[in-house]
Amino acid sequence: MTTLMAILVLGSMALLFGAILGFASVKFHVEGDPLAEQVDALLPQTQCGQCGYPGCKPYAEAVAIGEAINKCAPGGEDTIKKIADLMGVEPPPLDENHDTDNSPKVAFIIEEDCIGCTKCIQACPVDAILGTTKQMHTIIADECTGCDLCVEPCPVDCIVMIPIAKTPQNWQWDLNNIPVVQLD
Amino acid sequence: MTDYLLLLVGTVLVNNFVLVKFLGLCPFMGVSSRTETAIGMSFATTFVMTVASLLSYIVNTYILAPLGLEYLTTMMFILVIAVVVQFTEMVVHKTSANLYRLLGIFLPLITTNCAVLGVALLNIYEQHNFLESIVYGFGAAVGFSLVLIMFSAMREKLANADIPKPFKGSAIAMITAGLMSLAFMGFTGLVKL
Repeated sequence: MTTLMAILVLGSMALLFGAILGFASVKFHVEGDPLAEQVDALLPQTQCGQCGYPGCKPYAEAVAIGEAINKCAPGGEDTIKKIADLMGVEPPPLDENHDTDNSPKVAFIIEEDCIGCTKCIQACPVDAILGTTKQMHTIIADECTGCDLCVEPCPVDCIVMIPIAKTPQNWQWDLNNIPVVQLD
Repeated sequence: MTDYLLLLVGTVLVNNFVLVKFLGLCPFMGVSSRTETAIGMSFATTFVMTVASLLSYIVNTYILAPLGLEYLTTMMFILVIAVVVQFTEMVVHKTSANLYRLLGIFLPLITTNCAVLGVALLNIYEQHNFLESIVYGFGAAVGFSLVLIMFSAMREKLANADIPKPFKGSAIAMITAGLMSLAFMGFTGLVKL
């Protein structure tokens, strides 16, 4: 009798608690993950997919649930360090698949060599390549995020990544070192 | 009133859960490498411990004791703590994104913090009444927080210190914890419980 009572009490308490949690998970349901959004804000938004995810937001969501934080090639060491600070972990070195040089670059099509195959247009995540079949392509330099993705599909290797020279027009002071805070 | 104050001081300093009773050592060693995370953990633990000791007292007094099922306390308290932690996590997640960021990763860890279960069980063994249970839970949590934050501050200093090679890392942390425990023995006799 007492055994039955024990099972009954424990069972009903578990059921009650389960109901409370079930109710709470519906009542306090949160759209999106605030951590993922914060990680997303730190990523460079090149949408390049070099991390293996289709864009920065999916990678941010993966980081929030435990993916390695060192896969963002365009972001480089600075981004890793910032994400590491946010997550409270030690910053790991950049993924060995990517080179560590994250200076800003822009893609350039050597137009004499271009055969007009449109493969780079399909690869470009930001639609920064102009051109059509059998016509020469070119890159809209202002739209290009320097993500490298068009280099690989080109059958004639006519795309090169050119580092952007620092001029007084595009020079930026190292503002990353000053924490910028949104005031209410 | 004095009794409660003495109980609070006694739990925080004299019978400190971490350094005297050796409960909750995993978070004590685990999240003490940075002061910021230690503070987050402290707040989360304080909240959960206080609420869990309150609820486990209610469950024990009004459900288990009248039915003569005191032998189920351990199981029931684990259930209660798990629910409190999960519920807190959901509410915090909904209401305050900032607080969730601060506590978020630590809340699930608290489910398995033995100090929380320890408080609930010790409340029963020492036959505390309702208010005493809350004060005891709160005191234990404050003691835990105090020690955790002090320890993490020391470890941050130690990270830059010139430590002999064999003692680097966890070894010096263990020695530091041991010395802190010795220091807290100095409080014995401060409050007669």
